Amino acid sequence: MIFDVRLPIGLLFLAIGLLVAAVGLTGDPAVFRAHSAGLNIDLVWGGVMAAFGALMLVLAAVHRRHTPPSVDEG
Amino acid sequence: MHLGAVDWSIISLYLVFVLGIGIVAARRNKSGTDFFLAGRAIPAWVCGLAFISANLGAQEVIGMGASGAKYGIATAHFYWIGAIPAMVFIGVFMMPFYYGSKARSVPEYLRLRFDEKTRALNATIFALMTILNSGISMYALAKLIQTLHVFDIPFERMGLPQAWIFHGAILTSALVVLAYIYMGGLRGAIYNEVLQFFLIVAGFAPLVWLGLKQVGGWHGLETSLGPSYTQAWHGMGHAATNRLGVDWFGLSMGLGFVLSFGYWCTDFLVVQRAMAANSMSAARRTPLIAAGVKMFIPFIVILPGLIAIALTSAPDKAGAATHPVAVAGAVQQHDPGVIPIKIDSATGQPMLDARGRPQLDYDLATPNLLLRYFPTGMLGVGLTALLASFMSGMAGNVTAFNTVFTYDIYQAYIRRKAADRHYVLVGRLATFFGIAASVAAAYLASQFNNINDFLQLIMAFVNAPVFATFLLGMFWRRTTGHGAFTGLAAGTATAAIHHGLTLPLDDIVGLKGGWIAVTYTYPSEMAQNFWTAIWAWSTCFIVTILVSLVTRRQPDEALAGLTYSLTPKAPEERGPWYTRPVVLGVIMIVAVVILDIVFR
Repeated sequence: MIFDVRLPIGLLFLAIGLLVAAVGLTGDPAVFRAHSAGLNIDLVWGGVMAAFGALMLVLAAVHRRHTPPSVDEG
Repeated sequence: MHLGAVDWSIISLYLVFVLGIGIVAARRNKSGTDFFLAGRAIPAWVCGLAFISANLGAQEVIGMGASGAKYGIATAHFYWIGAIPAMVFIGVFMMPFYYGSKARSVPEYLRLRFDEKTRALNATIFALMTILNSGISMYALAKLIQTLHVFDIPFERMGLPQAWIFHGAILTSALVVLAYIYMGGLRGAIYNEVLQFFLIVAGFAPLVWLGLKQVGGWHGLETSLGPSYTQAWHGMGHAATNRLGVDWFGLSMGLGFVLSFGYWCTDFLVVQRAMAANSMSAARRTPLIAAGVKMFIPFIVILPGLIAIALTSAPDKAGAATHPVAVAGAVQQHDPGVIPIKIDSATGQPMLDARGRPQLDYDLATPNLLLRYFPTGMLGVGLTALLASFMSGMAGNVTAFNTVFTYDIYQAYIRRKAADRHYVLVGRLATFFGIAASVAAAYLASQFNNINDFLQLIMAFVNAPVFATFLLGMFWRRTTGHGAFTGLAAGTATAAIHHGLTLPLDDIVGLKGGWIAVTYTYPSEMAQNFWTAIWAWSTCFIVTILVSLVTRRQPDEALAGLTYSLTPKAPEERGPWYTRPVVLGVIMIVAVVILDIVFR
């Protein structure tokens, strides 16, 4: 069994990122104006986190394809 | 600010993943090496990130923010002349002996190199220290969560009194850490530390971004705070002309050499992450990779403090520095801004300094900034980052404790020869009892605040001389066990005596020093700490040499692989240049010098 720590990192960041971005999409713009210097930080940072999560999943998948099953961790 | 359903979901998701990693890691734990050293099978980059994460506990995140607000960017010296050079040193010079000796812990290295009593001394003190550290940081986290009032409404709805927020925070965090270390051992801790590292960055980086956006970028900070906050080397020529209250010599010797090398090069919490690496080369690269990331950590942990103070109208903002700073906005007695006035929990009155001005509660700089800028959604991410930093720091202490207890106390003095399986069981039980003791320490700290300070002080005395012992042991083969032991004892005694004879300016005789007689007054507490360390180190160094010279030397055969001149040099490492420790070390030093020049 290969365990690649990028897998759980990717999944968690993707999940949290999408969740936060969804809040940003549906949220009240007035809240962001009052709170976060006029920036919809939920949408922006949620997007950044989701993208990072996706990147980790891609890296894990590439690594898995290029590594024989006997090799440990990565 | 209160938690929404999304914030709860984010925190719950995090907890599920952390436990899941513990379960997956548990499936691979078959032997003692698996449980205590992660099978020595972890790649360098994973070890490197775990190495940083284990040292990025909640106390560090909160404390560095507080120092940033109090002392300014000069706080970065703890990284740039503190941690980084020491991390390069351990990677390039010391790791071959730790990893190569096949010792399973730092105290075990001391037994191989010196003798049983030196190991016993180091192991006992270390075990005690890890328990206290995790207890104290557990207390700090629970206290913080209570102060933030984010859980007030949910607890009210459940009909629980507010005091239960404190208990709930302690119990939840303790149980989660217990679960994933009990199951996954060091492997579970390390994988989680990597996950936690990314979460910490994800939680604090946007805080800095929004904060800088509001104060007008770095340039805006420079204009509103002035050079005493934004230039790391401002007024370092003399202790009275900078915010830290130390001069460049005390800073570079006390912090840069004695304290930092003492911690980063000898503390098992740190070394254990490198010992888990899958090869000697990976073990040496672990602290070097960590250094490459670590030098940028000040930007996410110290900058929030500077932003918070820029958004606060503090009565003592110009502080002890000789350069008064113009403060935007009028001084308000009741609502100074992001950083609140410190309230005495016993009387409910604002705490005043020696000149009768209200003191600021700097520890709330980073957390309050988080509440101010993060709407629901990001609030969950920010709280998860705090929780992650706390758990990674605690897990670092707990895994170091269970290993040292099992191998250096239990196997050494209680049951010498037992099956490997037996020691894994002992390690699991040590995890359980270690965390239980931490919880007890957390409640003790909540009862007696002074006990906390007192214990920290004793630990500082014990830690100050320790790097002299390792330096001599690794690089001078004539060093003997008697020399090492006597040197350590003499160094610790010197630290205590020096502390008893000196006092920081404006402090009261007692825990702060001067309990024998006040013969010298330091400009600041930090200056006193650094000089205590310098005296302790020098005494240990000299006494170890003198006693070694008059005691019987160990035969050379016994020291092979443990000391520099008797260890065959590793063949020039093959592979691309960017994987060679010496090359990486030079790059890190150059990079950190550049950072120092940019923020001089």
